[in-house]
Amino acid sequence: MKLLTPGTEIDGFVVHECIHAGGMAHIYRVGYANAARNPGFPLAMKIPRMTAGDGAENIVSFEVELTILPTLSGHHVPRFVAAGDLMRLPYLVMEYVEGRTLQHWLEEHPRTLTPEGALQDTADIARIGSAMALAAHSIHQQNVCHLDLKPANVLLREGGSVVLLDFGLSCHAHYPDLLAEEMRKAVGSPTWIAPEQVVGVRGDLRSDIFAIGVMLYEMATGELPFGAPATQGGMRQRLWMTPAPPRQHRPDLPEWLQEVILRCLEPEAAQRYPSAAHLAFGLAVHFKRWIKAAGMHYQPSPLPARQIEQVPIVMVAVPHDDVTDATLYSLREAAARSLGIRPGARLACVTVISPSASSTSDSARSETMLHRTHLARLKQWAAGLDLSRHSASYHVLEAGDVAQALVRYAEGNRVGMMILGAATHGLQLQRFIDTVPIRVARDAPCTVILVKQQLPFEQLHHSATAAAS
Amino acid sequence: MKIALLSDIHANLQALEACLEHARAHGARQFALLGDLVGYGADPGPVLDRVMQLVAEGTPCVRGNHDAAAVAPPAVAENLGEQSAQWTHPRLNAQQLAFLSGLPLTARMGMDALLVHASADGPERWHYVADGNAAERSMAAATRMDPAIRYVFSGHVHEQALYFLTPTAKLMRFSPQPGVPVPVPPHRQWLAIVGSCGQPRDGDTRAMYALFDPDAATITFQRVPYDHMAAAAAVRAGGLPAFFADRLEKGR
Repeated sequence: MKLLTPGTEIDGFVVHECIHAGGMAHIYRVGYANAARNPGFPLAMKIPRMTAGDGAENIVSFEVELTILPTLSGHHVPRFVAAGDLMRLPYLVMEYVEGRTLQHWLEEHPRTLTPEGALQDTADIARIGSAMALAAHSIHQQNVCHLDLKPANVLLREGGSVVLLDFGLSCHAHYPDLLAEEMRKAVGSPTWIAPEQVVGVRGDLRSDIFAIGVMLYEMATGELPFGAPATQGGMRQRLWMTPAPPRQHRPDLPEWLQEVILRCLEPEAAQRYPSAAHLAFGLAVHFKRWIKAAGMHYQPSPLPARQIEQVPIVMVAVPHDDVTDATLYSLREAAARSLGIRPGARLACVTVISPSASSTSDSARSETMLHRTHLARLKQWAAGLDLSRHSASYHVLEAGDVAQALVRYAEGNRVGMMILGAATHGLQLQRFIDTVPIRVARDAPCTVILVKQQLPFEQLHHSATAAAS
Repeated sequence: MKIALLSDIHANLQALEACLEHARAHGARQFALLGDLVGYGADPGPVLDRVMQLVAEGTPCVRGNHDAAAVAPPAVAENLGEQSAQWTHPRLNAQQLAFLSGLPLTARMGMDALLVHASADGPERWHYVADGNAAERSMAAATRMDPAIRYVFSGHVHEQALYFLTPTAKLMRFSPQPGVPVPVPPHRQWLAIVGSCGQPRDGDTRAMYALFDPDAATITFQRVPYDHMAAAAAVRAGGLPAFFADRLEKGR
């Protein structure tokens, strides 16, 4: 397949410059000829090299990618856009993801044996390593094993997350494996291939963990743990060989990092991390402890999302009219439980009042007075909560549409969890109209806890009626 | 347009109706029947009435070994299968018997699909396509019949399987996950064993069939729960060997 000239049109796509001319395929930047169809992100087109001289293997691998990429979703893969008919006009259009590959990163960060870089290097390895592991975990959860992870196929995004590229040797648990016929012949890249792949076992997610281990080893030491074997026999060494411990190359590496890397590189898959999420967790936990033990403060956190989850803003919607003491009590219990298991959480107590309630002429119903009255009620409600380890704030919102006001407040303040009454007295109506709890549960950007009125009040009522009859 | 492929119904009315209903609900507008309509089960007559109705509406249908045996059962039964053929024969009316004996061994569906109960390699010898080599022989025979054939759909073996032709002309076996549409692009050759509608034997009592979508080039293997206890009760009530009823209750 010769190079396409910019401006060529293929199936409604205009071809721009060639960004990669590999042994298997050419990759071009492309756009829709009809700009209105543009999906809002840049596009790349992959066209397999399939002239008479090319082997059958690369068309099969193109077919594999064509089959698997459209099944994958999430932040860790390029979005699939379109594909051409394999027999007539083979091409694959996907999202062009901005970033640089780990291969580039390795070239820009040559390992040196000076100890000064140890902290920064360890931080980089922990950060990129967990991002790679989380990306692998995301595709594993979708029943796909990549099986060709290597620095050229790992793309580092600006924000720190990883996108995995090239699914040409991948295996989908629910699809026939078109590469399975290569049984007893290794399918993969010799430097990163796992021992079980060398003997033709495909579809074990721990093969990807092995490949990540090889990359971590290179990031840490600048060396390849098994070299780059050129022969089948050379690759078979992997079935039994344990690589030199990374600290032999780089004595200043922390021991825990060496352990993490060697565990990824266990010849027997069962001895490795059982899932990529475990690897990510292992890297993050060890790294945090290490930083703490060394008395160093490292910013930013390697897993900000998880930290955010641990210290959410908990919002409680406290109603002010048509509300029983039992409901207020139950809301307070729910708030206490939610705060109790999250030591760093922050409490926001919110009540929504109608704009028509205030009056400009009647001073007792002036806006300030109303706000003051409701703030006092909120504080009184919260007085029963132990807030010694939490910060709390009180907010009176004025809005005609209660549900919308609550949802907007949650959005605007990045609320992690909202607690409100389930309004069970309106249950019969909920089938016909959207009540406030239903709308909030549907539209809120966060977890919503709907609290039902609990004992003891209901119980008291029952015993009272029982006694009366 | 989706086509529901059903095989080895084995006179199991409950399973047949559950599969037909499931297939229609999942978009099937056409059906194909891959043989062994009768044998083992208690309702050969009602099953054949449904089948003859479908065939009158244009559904292709091929003959299975049990269909042949029900038409001409041996005088002395040497195994349970022959025993059930002896039981079945007198319970069919002349029209139903004529229908069974008129069934072809193979049928074409569209330009590129072949229907055969067992193997295209000598369909009347009822070879079991239970591994890659047997699948290869069936596929090769189909290709000799017509090189345009890309899909061979069969039953006879009661477990669902999909065989696919690799570039080195080997057939690989794949065990499909029920409910997942598997891409079967026509530039390769595919041989699908759709499994048994009325006589599952893999320890799962649910009925089997497959949905083929020629436009999307996918095949979805399905498992359908049905009232297998009622089917087993009918077998016992009909005076058939109790083993057939146990089998339906256990899916073995």
